[in-house]
Order: sequence, then C-alpha cells, then structure tokens
Amino acid sequence: MSHPRSAAALDIRGLAKSFSRPAVDGLDLTVRPGEFYSLLGPNGAGKTTTLRMVAGLLRPDAGSISIFGVDALADPVAAKRIMAWVSDEPMIYDKLTPYEYLEFVAGLWGIDAATAQRRADDLIGWLGLGPHAHERCEGFSKGMRQKVALAGALVHDPRLIILDEPLTGLDAGSARQVKTVLRERVANGDTVIMTTHILEVAERMADRIGVIAGGRLIAQGTLAELRIKAGRGDDSLEDTFLALVADEAQAA
Amino acid sequence: MTGASSIPWLARHEFRLAWRDWWSMLTAGKRHRTRIVLIAMAAFAAFMHLIAFAIVAKFAEIAPDADRGTLVVITGCALLAWSLMMSQAMEAVTRAFYARSDFDLILSSPVAARRVFAVRIAALAVSTVVMALMLSAPFINVLIWRGGLRWLSAYGVVIAVGAAAAALSVALTVALFRTIGPKRTRLAAQIVAAIVGATFVIGLQVAAILSYGSLIPMTFLQSEAFIAMVPAIDSIAWWPARAMLGDMNALAAVALAGFGLLAAAIALFSARFGEHAVAAAGVSNAGVLQRRRTPHFRNASARTVLRRKEWTLLRRDPWLASQTLMQLLYLLPPALLLWQSFGHSNDDLVLLVPVLVMAAGQLSGGLAWLAISGEDAPDLVATAPVPARWIVRAKIEAVVASVAMVFAPFVLILALVAPRDALAAAAGVAIATVSSTMIQLWFRTQAKRKHFRRRQTSSRFATFAEALSSIAWAATAGLAAAGRWQAAITAALALGILATARAISPQRKDEAA
Repeated sequence: MSHPRSAAALDIRGLAKSFSRPAVDGLDLTVRPGEFYSLLGPNGAGKTTTLRMVAGLLRPDAGSISIFGVDALADPVAAKRIMAWVSDEPMIYDKLTPYEYLEFVAGLWGIDAATAQRRADDLIGWLGLGPHAHERCEGFSKGMRQKVALAGALVHDPRLIILDEPLTGLDAGSARQVKTVLRERVANGDTVIMTTHILEVAERMADRIGVIAGGRLIAQGTLAELRIKAGRGDDSLEDTFLALVADEAQAA
Repeated sequence: MTGASSIPWLARHEFRLAWRDWWSMLTAGKRHRTRIVLIAMAAFAAFMHLIAFAIVAKFAEIAPDADRGTLVVITGCALLAWSLMMSQAMEAVTRAFYARSDFDLILSSPVAARRVFAVRIAALAVSTVVMALMLSAPFINVLIWRGGLRWLSAYGVVIAVGAAAAALSVALTVALFRTIGPKRTRLAAQIVAAIVGATFVIGLQVAAILSYGSLIPMTFLQSEAFIAMVPAIDSIAWWPARAMLGDMNALAAVALAGFGLLAAAIALFSARFGEHAVAAAGVSNAGVLQRRRTPHFRNASARTVLRRKEWTLLRRDPWLASQTLMQLLYLLPPALLLWQSFGHSNDDLVLLVPVLVMAAGQLSGGLAWLAISGEDAPDLVATAPVPARWIVRAKIEAVVASVAMVFAPFVLILALVAPRDALAAAAGVAIATVSSTMIQLWFRTQAKRKHFRRRQTSSRFATFAEALSSIAWAATAGLAAAGRWQAAITAALALGILATARAISPQRKDEAA
C-alpha cells in the first residue's frame, strides 16, 4: 500500500485520554515527513500516553490520529505497517538471540526473508552487536537490550519511528550509536519522534521540539522559536523549557 | 546487640512481610475485599470439614494400640503429607535463593548475615507448617470431635513433620548447590521438589498396578502381602502414627526429632545461605551461545512466526518447561497401566480417562498463561501490523498443538486397547484444553514469563475456575467412558463454571486494536 509523501508523517487532532484524571487533553500535533521531532514535558505531562495512542497501544477517548495519511484508528494494521515503536524499557525475549529476534520481528511485519536478513546484518553491524549476535539476550546489559530493540524497530524499514526515552540508562558509547543510527534514518527521509528528559539531546538532534504540559501541547518549534516564545533570549533549552512549563503552570 | 538487629526484631520483620504477602495473595491486593475473603475462607473451611467428616469420621475410634494394618495406613498418610511438605519447602528454599528480593539490602547491611538467614530458614519452616496445618486442620478437628482430645496430638505431629521437612529441604537444596553449582541447581531443585512431592503417590500407584493391576494406591497399602513385609508392631517406624493416635511418649520423640533436625539445619546452613544467594545472583549474567553460524531467515506468515516463537521460548527455558511438565509426572502410572494392559482387557483402564483429561486441563492452563499473559514483548506484538485476533489465535494454536503432542500418544495407544475410553479421553482432553485456554484468555494480564509462579495469585478466580473446569471435564469424560448418564450433570456443571468465569472476567477497555 502506498501513501502520498506529501501527507504529514503524524497528524493528531483533538486527542484525549483520561484515566483517573485527564492524561491527554485535546492535543493537536503535526510532524512533517523527514523530520526529527522531540517531545519534551515534565513527568506525567502526557508524552508517553500520547505516543502509546499513536502506536496503537492505547485507544483514545476522542480525537484522530493520521500517519502518512492513514487513519490509525480506522485502519490500525495499515498504520502499524509503516511505523515502529521503541519504549524506554526494551521489550525483547531473553531466550532468543538478536538474530532470532530480528527474524521474528521481520516475520511479524511480513518482510521477505532475504531482505530481512540483509537488513539484520546491517543493523547488527551498525549497532555494534556483532560479537553478541548469537548469544541469547538474557545476559545482555540495558544498553545492549535497547540496541536489540532498536534494531527490531528498524528491521522492517518503518517510515515513522517513535521512541519513548530510548537513551535512558545507556552509557555514552551506546547512546552515541543510537543517536547516529537515528540521524542516519532522518537523513534518509524517515521521520523520528522521540521523547527525552535529556534536553541536550533534543537541543542537538531535533529539527523541531514540542513541549507538552497537562496533556496539551503548550509550545512547539525550533529552539530559536521556543526561545522567542518563552522570552528567554540566548538561554539554553533547559532554561527555555523550564520557563515554558512554569508559565503554563502559572496560567493553569 | 541493638534491638534493631536482634533475632526477635528480624523475626518480626520477616513475619510481617510473610503475613502481608499472604494476605495480599488472598485479597489480590485490594483492601476492600477483606470481608469477602473472610466469608469465603469460612465457607471453604466449613466445606473442608464436611469432606473431612465423610472421609475420617469413621476412624476416630482407633486406639493407640492399633494393629499393623491400621498403622500402615496412618503412616502412609503421614508420609504423603511429609512428601508434599518437603516439596513445598524445597520450592520455597529455591525461591529464596533465586528471587533477589531484599538480598542486596541484607547482604550490604552491617547485620550478621548468619543471624538474618537463621531467621529466614525458621520462617520457611513456619510457612511450611502453617500451610500443612491449614490443610490438615479439618481432618484433625473432625477426629477430635468424634474421638476425643487425644487427637490433639495430631497437630503436634503435623508441626514436627513440617519442621523436619523444612530442615531436610534446606539440607537437600544446599547439597545440590555444592555438588552441581548455582546454575543447574535452580532447575534440578525444581525437578527434585516435584519428584519428592509425587514419588510417594506415584510409587504406591506403580506398586498397585504391578501387583494388582489397579490404579488405586490403597489397594497396595492395605494388601496382606505388604502388611506382612512391614516392621514389627513395636518398631520406632510407627512412632509418628502412634503419636497421632495420642501416645504422648511417641509424640515427644517425634517432636524432638523434628525440632532437632530444624535446629541442626539452622545451625549448619545459615552461615552459608548468604554465600549461595550471592552465587545464585551471578547465574543470569552468564551468556548462552546459541549457534555460531549466521542463521538463514525463513519466509513465514505472522501466525507461523508467533507459534514458532512460543515453542522456541518454551524449549529454551527448562525451568519454565519443568514447571508445566512436572504435572505430567502423574501420567507415569497411567502409562504403566496402559503398557501392562496392552493386548488384554482391563476394566481399570477407564480410570485413565479422567487422569488424562485433568492433566490436559492443568497443562494447557499453564501453557496458555505463558503464551497469552507471559508475553515478554507485549508492545512489540501489539504494534505489529497483524490483527489482534490473529495474534491470539496463533498463541492458542501453539498451546493446543503442544498439549496435543503430549497427549496424542496416550490416546492412540488407549484406542488400540479400549476404543470407547480413547474416544472419551480424546474429547475430554480437547474440551478441557480449550476451556483452560479460554479462561486464561478471559483473565489475561500483562506479566513477565519469569513470574509464572505468580500466575495463581494474579487472579484467584481464574485459578479456581481453571481447576474446577478441569475437574468437571475429567469427571464428565470418566463418567461418559463408563457409560453413566451422570456425565450430563458434570458437563452442565463445567459449562456453568465457564459461563460464570466469562461473565465476571475483567473488561479490557484499553485493549489495542
């Protein structure tokens, strides 16, 4: 199935989700194709809930989600085919090796075996997993597990990659490998949406940054645009972010 | 020594944790269920007393100077209880070694590890004894009511036997650690615990089959040939039985032996317990090399890769496999009976039908939990471009195929000997398998496979429904094989259990499409 490249990579309108209280409250968000978009927000702001709804892991109470023109709520299977999800807690199978895990993921996405094998070889190499490619994942460190999960997300060549805190707990070397791979994907025209608490990463990597607080998007734009909105001149992203969130808290 | 690190202080901490764990297990962590749980416990206790009355009331008048035949039966019951307690205690000791829990805190604290683990071994013994007391209390109470206060000594025997079982299980597990190392002990202890728990019953069944062609253990235990072989009436082998019957000297000796063994275990092993726990902690860090050559990816449908994944994970986790397959130990006597009866008719073969159906129901429940709830990468599977119903169907297919692989040989051989029994068994196995799988599907949760043992605490209702459904279908298949019309009643009961389970199963509002 093909979809027009001109459609937004992600288009969210009026998205809402409540648990005991509203977690996401009428959120509107548009991410362009080929963009590295970083989603920031304080704990409990609704970032993960938003992205879990986009990934089809939670059903929204209201609103619409469109991925490259595909209505993700009406046709979730078509939406999932072009998207990948990586959570902060790498969910892999302890008793499978990285190669076996990638074969399993490729099978779920219906990727031709020869293509999947070639991509798996490339990913294993890029992510430095070669020496452990035939070991079961049960003895892997958090960083290695996260790299296996990332390889799984990329083996089916998604157009939209959604990552929830992918760098949490990674050492400097592993974090750099992950960031490099993600930048390469964006350079190749794919779209990456990533939540992070490491503001320096967002500052360096993201084309645009969105700030969520209280389940709503309170600001978005390039770093320069956010600074202007926050009235913070040449301040760092950290100062800008804290100012935006503080303003929102005050307004609420 | 400060109060905050004394043995009483540590014991208080240990028992507080154990109590809260136990209460949380009963109430599923919901405080408002206290009244319901108390009412359910009272009802269960009353029901158990009724059953106990039906079974043991007629034995209440047995005097301490009973004959050898009576002593054999009482000793057999005590041995059965001991083997089950020993099995439970071994599992608890293994769990204490491998579940990290608070070991890091304890071992990094300035409190002497020996003191902490002495308390922990004592706590293991207490939990073993309490469980045994809860199960035996209805029977002992009925005996006291009908036979007098002398039966109170049976409580003393249960406590002493429990203490001995805990002591021996600690010794056996530590011995395994020292001989085969921490990596293999987890699995080996699991298997040994299951074998210890099942050996006595299975042994009696095997003896009954070989001697009398019967699957009923008591046939052998009460046979004249066996009674002629047992020790003389004044042998110390009968002390536990005599102690149960109210002989206070025998009770004192049994209690001394039980508590002596426990004290010795605490004195000998508490110092090394911490070292073994540290050794156990290092096990999961060792990498397992699967195969060196690059595997060739195979084209397969999503359902095929899901089924293949389930089977691979089960095959590669011997601990989990042993957890589920240990239930199949009880299939050994039926297999022996089948083998012995092959070529000629045996009316006892009809007894195989409920055994096979019950085992299939229980096995499929465990496998279904692993496949459906114990999904280690739920987000990955849920974000795959595959309809949710396909995923569920593939997992159910994996469970059903696994169960079929285990039971098909039994049914096929039975078909050659007793076709009608085989037909009832095949239908019963299939229905019990589907029923247990559906119950697990209705009550599915999100859990790690390594938490398999906790599946029974995550939903008490699912556990009971699965057990009751298996029992009801086993009874139905057995009665149908025997040509009894009452099969219709038990079938209706089984359907009622399933309908109730379906009706009260949790709704999944946020389930992914």
